[in-house]
Amino acid sequence: MALAKDYNSVMGRSNEIMKEALGLDYAEFESGSVAFDYDALMKATGYTLEEINKIQSKTGVGNTPLLELRNLSALSRKYAKPGYGARIFAKDESCNASGSFKARRAACAVAHAKKLGYKGVIAATSGNYGAAVASQAAMQGLKCIVVQECFDSHGVGQPEIVEKARACEAYGAEVIQLTVGPELFYTFLSVLEDTGYFNASLYSPFGIAGIETLGYEIAMQCRELLGKDPDMVVCTNAGGGMMTGTARGLIKAGATNTQLVAASIDLTGLHMASDAQFNKKSCTTGHTGFGVPYATDPDHSDVPRSAARPLRYMDRYVTVTQGEVMFMTEALANLEGLERGPAGNTALAAAFSLAQDLPEDAVIVISETEYTGAGKHVQPQLSFARENGIDIRFGDPATEDKPGVNVILPKDPSYIKYKEADIDHFRASLIKKAIKAHCPDVSKLTQADLEFLAAEVKRDVPFVKEVIAAL
Amino acid sequence: MAKKGDWVRIHATVLKADERTAKLPADTQKCDLEMWTKGFLQEDAEIGDEVTVETAVGRLEKGVLIEVNPYWSHSYGKFVPELVQIDKQLREIMFGGDR
Ligand SMILES: Cc1ncc(COP(=O)(O)O)c(C=O)c1O
Repeated sequence: MALAKDYNSVMGRSNEIMKEALGLDYAEFESGSVAFDYDALMKATGYTLEEINKIQSKTGVGNTPLLELRNLSALSRKYAKPGYGARIFAKDESCNASGSFKARRAACAVAHAKKLGYKGVIAATSGNYGAAVASQAAMQGLKCIVVQECFDSHGVGQPEIVEKARACEAYGAEVIQLTVGPELFYTFLSVLEDTGYFNASLYSPFGIAGIETLGYEIAMQCRELLGKDPDMVVCTNAGGGMMTGTARGLIKAGATNTQLVAASIDLTGLHMASDAQFNKKSCTTGHTGFGVPYATDPDHSDVPRSAARPLRYMDRYVTVTQGEVMFMTEALANLEGLERGPAGNTALAAAFSLAQDLPEDAVIVISETEYTGAGKHVQPQLSFARENGIDIRFGDPATEDKPGVNVILPKDPSYIKYKEADIDHFRASLIKKAIKAHCPDVSKLTQADLEFLAAEVKRDVPFVKEVIAAL
Repeated sequence: MAKKGDWVRIHATVLKADERTAKLPADTQKCDLEMWTKGFLQEDAEIGDEVTVETAVGRLEKGVLIEVNPYWSHSYGKFVPELVQIDKQLREIMFGGDR
């Protein structure tokens, strides 16, 4: 008998569908309370860093250049006090097959799917990950479906997302495009069930393990080039995989004194599931609309437990504005001769300003660049904004920025200033949400739960207890 | 008229607005959840007909035929005058003497 395919029936089979589609039973890692065994989940990939490196070197991924951005560093120094203004380096991840660091995730996920005998892979993503999975599937001989949230109710697509759909098709994938809304998950599950393909989730341990090579390479390249570890690594943060994987790789390389900074574009005030606001944003990833909810509640993704848990690793979380990122993208092309996509430059805009807090001989690495193309470029993104009634002008982003209303291009580079987010607030938020979801009766929390929560937010048990006391 | 075997784009409604039970902002709640995909048309048809296509992965999917030989039209956008101002300013600051 054919299975019922209505919304409630499919969503009701979510656990079984997921288990089939991941080849991994997440129940093994659960304690029954707040805590779950994150290390065991990450070990469940069964791949060592060397094995991942081997997979990636066969699939056009990894060993990307580390470029010193000399002119941007010099420009930043002009706005720092004497003796200050760190050297800024960029890991040129646009050199990966498919043009972004997402290829690292996809290479592993697709190789794993192939090893387990799946005929195809599916990914739910509107971002670079779609092209990455499609490219890897093409290379490794699997079929590929990408499910995208792309259009508003008038059928108008975000140019950046439309470009990614084109790239997926170019790699031979089927692209299923949807209007705005979280029920994308229903379509995703339904297609997973019908095809029996592998869920190449962005948040599986295979995907996150694939990013560890990025952090590892950064440490090794800095040692070779500069004789030391980077003082700071800045990661553009959305779902938190970039931060998690890069940090884990740095730690595996022994670079434990590097400060880890997450950077997102501030889109406060825009609702990510709003049809009317969907096309009022001028960037589709690396923003707080993903960054904050995923950091504070990593498990609301498309797997039972996300392997991307950025608050375990980040030391600071800073924000920049859309206008600052667009300005920096233009600066990267004009002063460094590197034309790259805006989304990857979120960390660069933050680093330009963070560098001014550090001495001249300090080293800041931004963990990536991404490819650019039609739709996914400063000009189409700004011109789309203007067509949607967004006010684009020069000004002071710190005081004038209003996401969804304007894009404020800094009057001059001195107006590029990161904002420090209250990371302890996010940490407290994660703790509250985890308790609410898994053990609302706080008297039942175990010592293991408290230690787990402390690790989840890179703090200690007394901090966790303080948060709980204030509940 | 589209012929069997043509590469086409189809549209379908996945959930009607009143079937959407997820937690949604009020504006989205008023909209259907819509879907588009592409594939080889399985039988001759007219635009607006309910058809079946075979997608790039070989899946059969039903929907309303909306486009034959669909193509991408996203671009590098219209001229944004602020960008050349940024370029000019950066060159002046970096290479045009003291700031
Ligand atoms: C170019 C680029 N940088 C950074 C990110 C953020 O990565 P993550 O979602 O793992 O935080 C993304 C993905 O959304 C991306 O496409």
